[in-house]
Amino acid sequence: MAGDRITKALLFISSLTILLLSAGIILSLAGGAVPAFKEYGIGFITSTKWNPTAGSEEYGAMSFIAGTVITSILALIICIPMAFSTSLFIAEYYRGTRTAGILRSLVDLLAGIPSIVYGFWGFYALRPLLVSTGLTDQGFGIFTASLVLAIMIVPYATSLSAEIISMVPSELKEAAYSLGATRREVIFHVVIPSARSGIIASFILALGRALGETMAVTMLIGNANIMPRGLFAPGNTMASVIANQFGEADGLKMSALIAIGLLLFLITALVNALGKMIIKRFA
Amino acid sequence: MNDTPDSEHVLTIKELSIAYEPGRYAVNDVSAAIRRNSITAIMGPSGCGKSTLLRAMNRMHELYPNIETKGDILLDGQSIFSMSVIELRRKVGMVFQRPNPFPNMTIYENVVAGFSLNDIRMKKSQRDDIVEEALRNVALWDEVKESLYRKGTFLSGGQQQRLCVARAIAFNPEVLLLDEPTSALDPVATSKIEDLLGELKKKYTLVLVTHNMSQAARISDDSMFMYLGELVESGRTEILFTNPKDSRTEAYLTGKFG
Repeated sequence: MAGDRITKALLFISSLTILLLSAGIILSLAGGAVPAFKEYGIGFITSTKWNPTAGSEEYGAMSFIAGTVITSILALIICIPMAFSTSLFIAEYYRGTRTAGILRSLVDLLAGIPSIVYGFWGFYALRPLLVSTGLTDQGFGIFTASLVLAIMIVPYATSLSAEIISMVPSELKEAAYSLGATRREVIFHVVIPSARSGIIASFILALGRALGETMAVTMLIGNANIMPRGLFAPGNTMASVIANQFGEADGLKMSALIAIGLLLFLITALVNALGKMIIKRFA
Repeated sequence: MNDTPDSEHVLTIKELSIAYEPGRYAVNDVSAAIRRNSITAIMGPSGCGKSTLLRAMNRMHELYPNIETKGDILLDGQSIFSMSVIELRRKVGMVFQRPNPFPNMTIYENVVAGFSLNDIRMKKSQRDDIVEEALRNVALWDEVKESLYRKGTFLSGGQQQRLCVARAIAFNPEVLLLDEPTSALDPVATSKIEDLLGELKKKYTLVLVTHNMSQAARISDDSMFMYLGELVESGRTEILFTNPKDSRTEAYLTGKFG
């Protein structure tokens, strides 16, 4: 039984390490953010000013919060029709077929592409395409970033939704078929209503992904530290302003960036908790 | 294939074979007839094809991909394979092994689910009548009339199963197929369902797949014994149980296998 006790102790220590690590990250983020909040108070969150000029330094997070929320929600809106129909196709219409299997692997493949590669593709392939439409001069901006972000979260939302849809008991579908329902009626009256909350949760979790995505967005959003003025105007997100500026930051600016990091962490945690809560209720 | 309608038999199965994969028959060359307003029990050990045969009667077996069906089944003289499945399934309803009321619907909505699923619109008063009649027919009305707008999943297992029977008979079908309808229920709920089936046969023709031989003996008028996809023997229940012609039927009935 000594072996048992040792295993238990080792597992306990490992779990404790994880716990301490996350607590440490939160504490150091909070500690680093203190100077910024001391200087600007709650105004740090609501201000759209970002002026790093020595002497007249002034930092506010609102432009970045707006940039993050707008790109993420736009990405989610673009993602929903693609992911929803793909998951229905995989988990219901073509369930168990080779076609569904191939499509599922392709979706998984999309999930495995590194963020930098998406950014690169957006930069060299998607951006010129958008410029050629005449809607934007250089192709950088909110819309370009959202579009790539949407493609990046599609696999995540698709595989979660497909999982949920395939969990709808076949007994319910059979009951509906036995009552003379057609395929379409079974899907719209039984499958989707039964899976509804789970599908919503999978999109909320996909939103959580989009909020924190950094690299591809940084390469495409235009990195302007201002409130975005339109769909094709440049802006910046919380994640990408940190990525862009942390190298040359110190003092108050560093603290402002850390505070933005803390806010991003809180927003993402909140969104993820919401998604998980709904999923749990569903299962 | 329109034979002269035969008033005694609702369903006539003709040389029916069903394979889930090429060459592997779950049902092999079965011919039989189901008498109107009777209860026919299909018995046999697990994997003998009894559920497949039952599901073929309203073409539910076609939900499996790549299924191969040969032979024919006639409903009132008309081949069920020439009818639309929607039409067929309204005439030949089904109740499943585990109670499966729709969890997102109320008791009321469950009873009329067949109509709402098919987007059949009707007046509220008409729907109310259908709900009350179907629930009375399954002896559930008095138990649930105060809670029609609660979710069907709050009911006990036996009540849920009766709700599923009500849902199936709301269309007023000719035939009701029951796939081991009491195997997930306790003895009290089981005996209630058995009593109910005895009542229902006055209006409908019932075909029942069961594992439970004493159940078959208790409630069925006719019995069919299947083994390895073949229909070994069929006939009046009291004769089949007391004087089986085939040695395999006898072996099954005396508990030698199954």
